[in-house]
Amino acid sequence: MHFLDSLVMLHPRGMIALSERSLMLHTIELMLIVAVPVYILIFFFAWKYRAGNTSSQYTPEWEHSKMDELVWWAIPLEIILVLAALTWTSTHALDPYKPIDTSIPPLTVQVVALDWKWLFIYPAQGIASVNYLAIPVGQPVRFELTADAPMNALWIPQLGGQEMAMPGMDNRLNLEASAPGTFVGMSSNFSGDGFSGMQFPVHAVSQSDFDAWAAGIASSSAPLTMDTYMTLAKPSENVPAAFYILADPNLYTEVMMQYMMPQGSSSSTPAAMPGMQMDAMPGMSM
Amino acid sequence: MMTTNAAHRTDSAPVFGFWLYLMSDCLLFAALFATYAVLRTNTFGGPDADALFNLPYALVETLILLTSSFVAGLGMVAASRGSKTGTLSAFIIALLLGLAFLGLEVHEFAGLIAAGAGPSRSAFLSSYFALVGTHGLHVALGSFWMILALVHTAKSGLHQDTMRRLTLVSMFWHFLDIIWIFIFTFVYIFGSI
Amino acid sequence: MFGELTFAAFNQGPIVLGVQIFIVFGAAAVLSLITYLRRWQWLWKEWLTSLDAKKIGIMYLVVAVVMLLRGFSDAVMLRAQQALSVGSSTGYLTANHFDQVFTAHGTIMIFFVAMPIIFGLINLVLPLQLGARDVAFPFLNSLSFWLYAAGAALIMLSLVVGEFAATGWLAYPPLSELQYSPGVGVDYWIWALQISGAGSLIAGINFVATIITKRAPGMTLMRMPIFAWTALGSMTLVVFAFPVLTATLAMLALDRYLGMHFFTAGGGGNMMMYVNLIWTWGHPEVYILALPAFGVFSEVVPVFAQKRLFGYTSMVAATISITLLSFVVWLHHFFTMGATPDVNAFFGIMTMVIAIPTGVKIFNWLFTMFRGRIIFATPMLWFLGFVSLFTMGGMAGVLMAVPGADFQLHNSLFLVAHFHTMIISGVLFGFFAAVTYWFPKIFGFTLDETWGKRAFWCWTVGFMTAFMPLYILGFMGATRRLDHYPAGLGWQPLFIVAAMGVVIIALGGLCQAIQIYVSVRDRKQRVAGPDPWNARTLEWSVPSPVPFYNFAHTPQVEGRDDFWLKKKRGAPPELPAEDIELPRNTSLGMFMAGAAFVAGFGLVWHIWWLVAFALVGFFVLLVARSFADVHEELLPAAEVARLEAAARAQPI
Repeated sequence: MHFLDSLVMLHPRGMIALSERSLMLHTIELMLIVAVPVYILIFFFAWKYRAGNTSSQYTPEWEHSKMDELVWWAIPLEIILVLAALTWTSTHALDPYKPIDTSIPPLTVQVVALDWKWLFIYPAQGIASVNYLAIPVGQPVRFELTADAPMNALWIPQLGGQEMAMPGMDNRLNLEASAPGTFVGMSSNFSGDGFSGMQFPVHAVSQSDFDAWAAGIASSSAPLTMDTYMTLAKPSENVPAAFYILADPNLYTEVMMQYMMPQGSSSSTPAAMPGMQMDAMPGMSM
Repeated sequence: MMTTNAAHRTDSAPVFGFWLYLMSDCLLFAALFATYAVLRTNTFGGPDADALFNLPYALVETLILLTSSFVAGLGMVAASRGSKTGTLSAFIIALLLGLAFLGLEVHEFAGLIAAGAGPSRSAFLSSYFALVGTHGLHVALGSFWMILALVHTAKSGLHQDTMRRLTLVSMFWHFLDIIWIFIFTFVYIFGSI
Repeated sequence: MFGELTFAAFNQGPIVLGVQIFIVFGAAAVLSLITYLRRWQWLWKEWLTSLDAKKIGIMYLVVAVVMLLRGFSDAVMLRAQQALSVGSSTGYLTANHFDQVFTAHGTIMIFFVAMPIIFGLINLVLPLQLGARDVAFPFLNSLSFWLYAAGAALIMLSLVVGEFAATGWLAYPPLSELQYSPGVGVDYWIWALQISGAGSLIAGINFVATIITKRAPGMTLMRMPIFAWTALGSMTLVVFAFPVLTATLAMLALDRYLGMHFFTAGGGGNMMMYVNLIWTWGHPEVYILALPAFGVFSEVVPVFAQKRLFGYTSMVAATISITLLSFVVWLHHFFTMGATPDVNAFFGIMTMVIAIPTGVKIFNWLFTMFRGRIIFATPMLWFLGFVSLFTMGGMAGVLMAVPGADFQLHNSLFLVAHFHTMIISGVLFGFFAAVTYWFPKIFGFTLDETWGKRAFWCWTVGFMTAFMPLYILGFMGATRRLDHYPAGLGWQPLFIVAAMGVVIIALGGLCQAIQIYVSVRDRKQRVAGPDPWNARTLEWSVPSPVPFYNFAHTPQVEGRDDFWLKKKRGAPPELPAEDIELPRNTSLGMFMAGAAFVAGFGLVWHIWWLVAFALVGFFVLLVARSFADVHEELLPAAEVARLEAAARAQPI
C-alpha cells in the first residue's frame, strides 16, 4: 500500500469522518496564526540578538510594555473565541448520539464488546456476527454499545470517531458509509491481554448485497441462544469471524441488565433502555 | 502575611501548614461526598437510605460530637488563661465524648452489617460506609492525637510547645465537627426525606 | 503465614529473571562498594539522616535518575516489541508482559521520575531563592522523600516478587477490579502510589507553607522569582489534587480487598466515577509537572539573554490562571464516554482557554530575548528546544480539545505523541536546563558545555525521530497499547523509525553521563565561584557550594532581581553573621517510610500480621518523635562567620 493511502484518517469514506477531518484542518489553520509567528520570532530573535552581534540594539532594563502584553493576551484570546464557537457548533453537530440527518431510517446494530472480540447484533435482520461488520452504503447506522468485559471503544477511523462500550451502559454512535469498501475497525480502549486482536473488517456494500448477506446468514447459521452466548463470552483471543441466527431478540438488553440488577430479579425488560447520555457528569460539583 | 521575618522561627508556619492540611482533607471528603452523591441511588436491589437510617440516633451522635467540640473550645480558653487543670479536664471530657461518638458509630455499623446491609451489599452502601467510616477513622486518629497532647501537657505543663499541640488538635477536632454536620445533613437528613 | 506469597511469585520467565539477577547483584555490588570505601558513616550522617533541603533535593534527583533508567528501559522494550511484532511475528514479549511494561513505564515516568524531579528542584532552589535557611518543616521534608523512596522501592520489588499491573498507568476499572485482574499487580500499583502520594501531599503542604511563611524580609510575593511563583502554583495543585487521588485509590482498594462496589461492573458500581475522579487529580498533575519547568525557563532566559524578564506581572497572572483553570478541564480526557455535547463542548473550550496564559508565557520569553545579548549556553539551548517542541505539542493538544476532532484522535498514537511532547520538552528539558544552570551552585563547579550541547542535539533529534512517526501513526488509525498488529496497514516502517529515535535518545543520555564524568574529572579547572552566570536571584549571592546554613546573614530584599540590583549598585555591604538554629539530623523519616513500605508489601500479599506490625511500628515512631524534646541545634555567629569566610576563600 502507498504510504499516503495508509493515512486512513485523511481518506474518509463516511460523512462523519469527512466532517471530522475538515474540523481538524480548520482548527490547525486557526492555530497556525499564533504558531507561525512564534516559530519565526524564536529563531529570528535568537539569531539577531546573539551575544556576538554587538550591532543589534540592547536594552537590558526594558521589562514591560502594556501595549505589547495586551496584544499577546488579546490575539490568542480572539483565536480561542473563534475556536470556541467552532467547538460549540461542531460538538453538537458531531455528537455521536445525534441521529444522522437524512430521510432514510437507520440500520440498528447492537454492539457487545467481549473479552476479546466484538459481537454485532442486527435485531431487524435477526442475525449476529463476531468480529465482522457488514453495513449498507448510504444508510445511516445506529450503533448501540455495551460490554460484557472491561471498557472498550468502537473505532472505525474511515467512518468516524470512536465511542466507548462499557458494561451496564448503553452508549450510542451514529455513522454512515458513503462509498463501498472494506475498512479497518478496532477497539481503541485497552481492555486486557487480547486487546490487540480486537480488529475486524468493516464491509460497506450495496443495499441489495447487504440484504443478500443478511438473508444468507439467517438461513444457514447456528442459533445464538443464551447458552451459546455464555460460551462465546468466555475470554478468547484473535477470534475469527463467525455468524449466528439471533435466537433471543432481547440478548443485548439482557447482557446489559445483568450489570444493572441482581441476577434473576427482573431479567426481561423488553423495552429498549433510554440512552444513558448524562446530563451532568458525576463529580462536577467538585 | 505579606511581610514575614524569617530570621526567627515564628509560630505561624505550623498553624498555616495545618490549615493547608485541613484544606486538602476537605478535598478528600469532597471526593467521598461526590461518590456518595453519584452512588446514593445505586442500591442494586438492596435497602436504600430511607430504609436503613435512624435519624434520631444520628441526631444523638451529632449532639455528642458538637458538645465535644464545644468543650474542646472551652479547653483552649482555659489553656489561654494558663489553667492546666481546666485545660486537662475540658479536653478529657471532649475526648470521652469523642469516644462515645465512636462507640455509637461502631454500634450502628455492626447493626447494619448484621442486618445484611454491609458495605459489599451495593454501591450505595459501599459509598456510605466509606464516607462515614473515613470520618470515624479521623475521629479515632484525632482521639489518639488528643491523648498524646494531653500526656505532654500533663507532663510538662502549658508552654509554647504544648500550646501548639493543643491548638492544632482542637483545630482538627472542630474540622471533624464541620465535616460531620455535612454528613448528617446530606446522608442522614436527606436520606430520611 | 505468608498470605498469598509463594515461591512461584519469583518465577516470571527468562526476561524478568535477567532483571531479577541484575537487581540483586546490582544492589549487592553497591552495598559492597560502600562498605569497601568505608562510606557508611558518611552516607548515614551526611545524607540519609540529613534534614538539609539541598541534600534532600539531591537525593530526590538521584533516585529519580535511577527510576528514569528503569522507565527508559521499559520504553526500549515497548519500541522493540512494536517494531518487531507484526503479521505472523509476535515479537519477543507475551501480551501480558507487554501490558505490564507499558503500565510500569507510564506509572514510573510520572510518579517516580517527573514528580521527584519537581520536588528535587524545588528543594534545591526554592529556599535559597526566598532567602530562607530551610523549608517550613524540615522533618516532614525528609519524611516526604523517604515515602517517595519507599513507593519507588515497592514498584521495583514487583519485578522481583510477583508481577506488576497490566492495566495501563491509570488502571481504569473494571479492568483493574478483582474480576479481571485477580493477581497482585494492581495491588502493587495501588500501594506504591498511596505511599509515594502521601509523601507528595506532605511535600506540597511543606512548600506552600515555606513560600508563605519563610520569605526573607522584604521579599514580598511580587518580588519573588518566577520559579517561586510557579512552585507556589504547582504545590497548591498538589495540596488540592492529591487527596482526590488518595480517595480514589482507597476506593479501588476497598473494591479489591473487601468486595465493595464503587467502580465494579455490577453491584451498582459506577466505573465512570473512577474515570472522573482519577482525572480530577490527573489533569492538575500535568500542571504540577509543567509549571515548575516554566519557572526554570523564566530564570534561565533572562540570565542568558542578559536582560530583565519581560512582563513579570503577566507571568504571575498567567501562572495563577493556569493553576486555577487546570481544575476545570479534566473531562477532556474522556470525551468519548458519552457525555452530552453541552458538557463536552464546555470542557473543550475551557481546555483551549488554558492555551491563552501558556501562549502569553511563550511571548514573554520571546520578548525577553528581544533586544538582549543572548549567550547560547546549554540551558538556553534546552529552552529553545523546549519552545519549539512545546508549541508543536500544544497545537496537538488544542486540536484534541475540540471534541469532534478528539473522537478520531483519542486513544491513538497521536495522543501518545502529544503528551510525550509536552512532558519530555516541558518537564525533562526543563530539568536538564535546571541541572546545567544550578549545578555549579550546588557542587561548586560547572558542567562541561561541549558534551552538554551534544546531549541536547541527540535528545532533540532523537525526540523528533521517535515521536514524529507516532503523530503520523495516529492518522493511520494506530491505537496505543498494541502488542501486535497486522502487516497490511503500513505501520511497521514508522515503528522502526521510532525505535531508532529511542537509540538516538539513548546516545543523548550517554553524552550526559560523559558530561558528568568529564566535569567531575576536571572539577579543579571548572571552579565556578558564587556567580558563574552573572545571574540575578538570591541563590547566586552565597558561596558555591552553598553552605548548609544557606545565608550567613538573612538577606534584606529591596526589589525584584535583588542580587542583580545590588551587584549594579556596587559591592554589597558585608553583613555580620548571625546565630543560626538548625534542625538536627534524624533517621525517623527513613524508618517511618520503611514501616510504610513493609505495610505496603504486607497488603499486596495479604500478610495481615505484617501489616499490623508495620502500622504499630509507624505509630510508635510517631509518638517517639513527639517525645524527643530537642529538634534543633544552635550554630553560634562566630562559627558561622568562620565557615562563611572559609567557603568564600576556598571554593571546592
